[in-house]
Formats: sequence, structure tokens, C-alpha cells
Amino acid sequence: MDSKKQNKIAIGTLYGIAGLVVLILLALLGYILASGLPQLSWHFLTAPAKAFLKGGGVGVQLFNSFYLLILAMAISFPIALGAAIYLYEYARDNWITTTIRTAIEILSSLPSVVVGLFGFLFFVVKLRLGFSILSGAFALTFFNLPLLTRSIEDSLRTIDLEQREGGLALGLSRWETITRVILPAAVPSILTGVILSAGRVFGEAAALIYTAGQSAPALNFADWNPFNISSPLNPMRPAETLAVHIWKINSEGIMPDAKAISSGSSAVLIIAILLFNFAARYVGKRLYKRLTSA
Amino acid sequence: MKTKTTQQLEQQLKRHSKAAKLEIWGRTISLTALLLIVAVVVAIIGFVASKGIATFTSNHVNLGDFLTGKSWNPNITDANGKPEVGALPMIVGSFLITILSAIVATPFAIGTAVFMNEISPNKGAKILQPVTELLVGIPSVVYGFIGLSVVVPTTRAIFGGSGFGILSGTCVLFVMILPTVTSMSADALKSVPRYYREASLALGATQWQTIYKVVLRAATPGLMTAVVFGMARAFGEALAVQMVIGNAALMPNSLVSPSSTLTSVLTTGIGNTVMGSLQNNALWSLALVLLLMSLVFNLIIRLIGRKGRLQ
Repeated sequence: MDSKKQNKIAIGTLYGIAGLVVLILLALLGYILASGLPQLSWHFLTAPAKAFLKGGGVGVQLFNSFYLLILAMAISFPIALGAAIYLYEYARDNWITTTIRTAIEILSSLPSVVVGLFGFLFFVVKLRLGFSILSGAFALTFFNLPLLTRSIEDSLRTIDLEQREGGLALGLSRWETITRVILPAAVPSILTGVILSAGRVFGEAAALIYTAGQSAPALNFADWNPFNISSPLNPMRPAETLAVHIWKINSEGIMPDAKAISSGSSAVLIIAILLFNFAARYVGKRLYKRLTSA
Repeated sequence: MKTKTTQQLEQQLKRHSKAAKLEIWGRTISLTALLLIVAVVVAIIGFVASKGIATFTSNHVNLGDFLTGKSWNPNITDANGKPEVGALPMIVGSFLITILSAIVATPFAIGTAVFMNEISPNKGAKILQPVTELLVGIPSVVYGFIGLSVVVPTTRAIFGGSGFGILSGTCVLFVMILPTVTSMSADALKSVPRYYREASLALGATQWQTIYKVVLRAATPGLMTAVVFGMARAFGEALAVQMVIGNAALMPNSLVSPSSTLTSVLTTGIGNTVMGSLQNNALWSLALVLLLMSLVFNLIIRLIGRKGRLQ
């Protein structure tokens, strides 16, 4: 076989493989949306779940997912920002920095179930927080920290060295240069990273089943005092999220319409993540234009 | 009088300015954040290790028996009065599912990456890249649910049995790691300098010869990293696998018989055992194995990176 024929066959095969992959992925998305979208209704999105009967919704789970997301981001963002600033702006290139980087890499490669088990051991059992939103938020923080740190560090890297030199030349201290010059310039790409990581946190379940728990007690949405047990804001109540709900009803659920509810919940998760993705692109571009007047 | 003014002057000069104070404060705060992350890593490894070792130190289970024993039934003691905590079925299950899904996913992932980068960069950037980026973000429970409602019934129809097992798990993990491995492979191919290709084409090589003999060879370390990364993800994946594997702690005797992995036993078991009991400690030992394996994957990626740099 001459090399030209070989070339044609090989390229044809590659076309086939790429086409097949696109097909698999589109079928996947299509299946989720086609089976899930018909389930969605206002009732489904707001009603509480029913354990044994048909017609329950995912209202509480949806609220829990967002509440946990906001808490986890509120804890992890400042830490990740500080860590990224130190790593990129201050740390010298020596063995200590290398070790710290390795540690962060290890944290990012740990299976999320191990992070969840640690959260269970430390927060739920040792610190006696019980299955609660707070335990869940800490577990999600650990899960989120390494990736968020890396993404913020990458954002800092995209800012020209001249900006730093300019700041220092004006007589600003390093910290002032970072907070007044570098961070404003990096905001669009930092924000993009934050929104993308929010998508990951939103869909995470393995780290939560033993920290935030697998039950969703009924909430009283008229009561916003965080110290009342049925208040949606109470951080000490167990809180099953949407992702955990899908897992739970499929592995041990006994409700008759488990499949319909999981289809609907999967579609909600996917749509939320799609929105996070688009928002990340849109907000990043928009902010960049605004801040740089480019 | 004079000495007093010099003293004052000295003090004034030695005092930190407002900016310097701010600098120290900022530096300390950011360093604290960084050290916090390191502390978390140390704490996770320390806690899981101390719990995982308890099976061997306080319950006196033999490490060899644990790693090679074939029956997992921590509630029952065997003929010698020792608890049955053989983790081999789960370890085999985890490795089988990881290796199989990597074997299936690698050609697809690298093929797609080559297509995106070498053959049709236009279509790659417009269609394939957004699609893969999107799929990286799909939550694992959604993959598990699709596996449960599509893959399991299909395997049941074709191979009989319950449909739960390693084969279904492999299918789910294949789709799960595909986008990750693809986008990392594409990055590896992108880092091959353009003049490699130009030189090869100038020598009269066809496009395929250039891809096969030059680009793929030059990108090998990066491609290997991508595959190992995918394997690490497959090994640690819990819920999606747990939903389709059948959860029977038995040695897998065929690809379509119900079996289990380290992660699936952990997710189903931890909530049903009492802290500090042997049953519970044995599960923590499984978690330790999982943790150690993820460290090993990390090490492999590092070794590949170092070797790739030397060439």
C-alpha cells in the first residue's frame, strides 16, 4: 500500500472518530434535555419532595444547592485569592514553593469522595457540626480550593510584568500594586474562573453525601431568621442538594416517579451548568470591555 | 536637648510607614491563606491515614490478608476467628474499570485531539472545543443516571443478567473521562512547535506520516499525562460508578456480573457502620488505599513530566 492511500485511509478514520465523539456527546446532551425538559414545571421547581408518593418537586433541594454554593464560594474565594496572590506575587522559586505547589496539586487530584469522608470525620464527627450545610460548605471548599487557586494564579499570570513595574515605579508598595493595579486588571478573568468553578461545585455530590447529609427537612420560606431550625438560612440543618437527590432516589429511592424526577433534576443541573458557562464567557468579555475601555 | 531630637528622628525614621504596614499585613494575610491550604492537605492525609491504619493496629488484621483476601464481609469472622476483610475484589474492580475505560477512551480522545489540531482546526475550534468544554462540566451523578437508564438496560438486553457490572461502569467512565483526556491531549498537540510539521512535510511526508511519526512522537509525554490524568479521575469516581456497577463485593468473574469498586463500597458503606468499629475501620482502610493510589497517579504524572522535559 503506498503512502498516499495510507494517508487517505488514516485521515478518513480520524474524521470518523471525531464525528463519532461529537455524536456521542450530542446524544448525551440530547437525551438529558429530551427526557428532562417535559418534566419541568413551576410546581416541580418549587414543591417539596415526597418520599413515597408521586408528584413531588425539588424546591428545597434546588434552594439548598444554591445556598451551599454561595456559602462554599464565600469561604473558598478569599482563601484561594490570598493563596494565589502569595504564590504568584510573593513566593520565591525555591523548594518550599515547589512543595506547596505539589500539595495543592495533590489536593486537586484527590477523589472527591475522600474529601467528603474527611469532611465527615472532621466536621460532622470531631467538631460535632452534624450533617449540616456548614459541614457541606467546608467540604466543598476543600474540593474547590486547589482549582480556584490555580485559575486565579493563571489570571494573575496574564497581567503584563510592566503593570507591576509601573506600580512600583510610582512608589506604591507591592501590596498596593497588587490591590490597586493587578487585581482590577485581572478581575474579568478571575470572575470567569470563579463562575466556571461554581458550575463544578453546583454539580458535586460525592463530597456532600456524608457532610451536608441526604435528607431535606421541609423549610418554612416565610422564616428568614437563621437561628430557627426550619428557616432556609439556618446553616446547621441537614441539606440534600439537587445532585445528591438524583443519586439518592436512584440508589435507594422508593417513590414511584423516581425516574421522571431524576430526569427533571438532571435537566435542571445541566441547564444551570450551561448558564454558568455562558455567564462566564459573557461576563468576562463584558467586564473586560468596561474596565479597559477597549 | 540635641540628643533628644536625634532620638526622635531615629524613631521617626525607623517607624514603618503606613504603606509598609499595609504591605506586611497583606503579605501575612495571603501567606496565611496559602498555609491554610497546605494544612488542609496535611490534615486530610493525616486523618485518613490514621483511621485507615487502625484496622491493622487496633483490629490486628494482617495487611497481606487485607490486600489479597477474596471475601469481603466484615460482619462475619472466618474459621480462624478472624474477620473477613479481603479487599481484593474491590481493588481488582477499581483497577479493571480504570484500565478498561482508559483503553477505550484513549484512541477516541487522541483521535479527536488530532482532528481538532491537525486536520480541521476550523471545525475543531468551532464545534469540538466548545462541546468538550461543556461536557467536562456535566456532573457525575448525571452520568450515573444516564448509565442507569440507558447503559444498564442495553447491557442487560445484549448480554443477559442484571446489566449491572464492570462493562456498564466502563461505558459510563469512558464517556466521563473522554472530554478531559481529549482537551488535555489537544493541549499537548498544540505545544508541538509548528516547524516540526513544516520540516516533515518539506521532506515529502504525507499528512498522516507527519502526524504519526512526528507530531504524536513529540507530544508523547503530554499525551501520556492526559491518559494518566483520565485514569486518576476514573479511579476516584464514586457515584456514577456506584450507580451502575451492582455493588456486590465479589471477585468479578465476568464483565457483566455485579461487582464493586473501592469508591462504591465506601459510598454505600460508611453511613451504615458505627464509628470505631472494625466494619468502619476496614472502610477507612479502603479510603486509604484510594488516597495512596491517587498519590501514585500524581507521582506518575510528575515522572512523565520530568522525563518529557529532558528529551
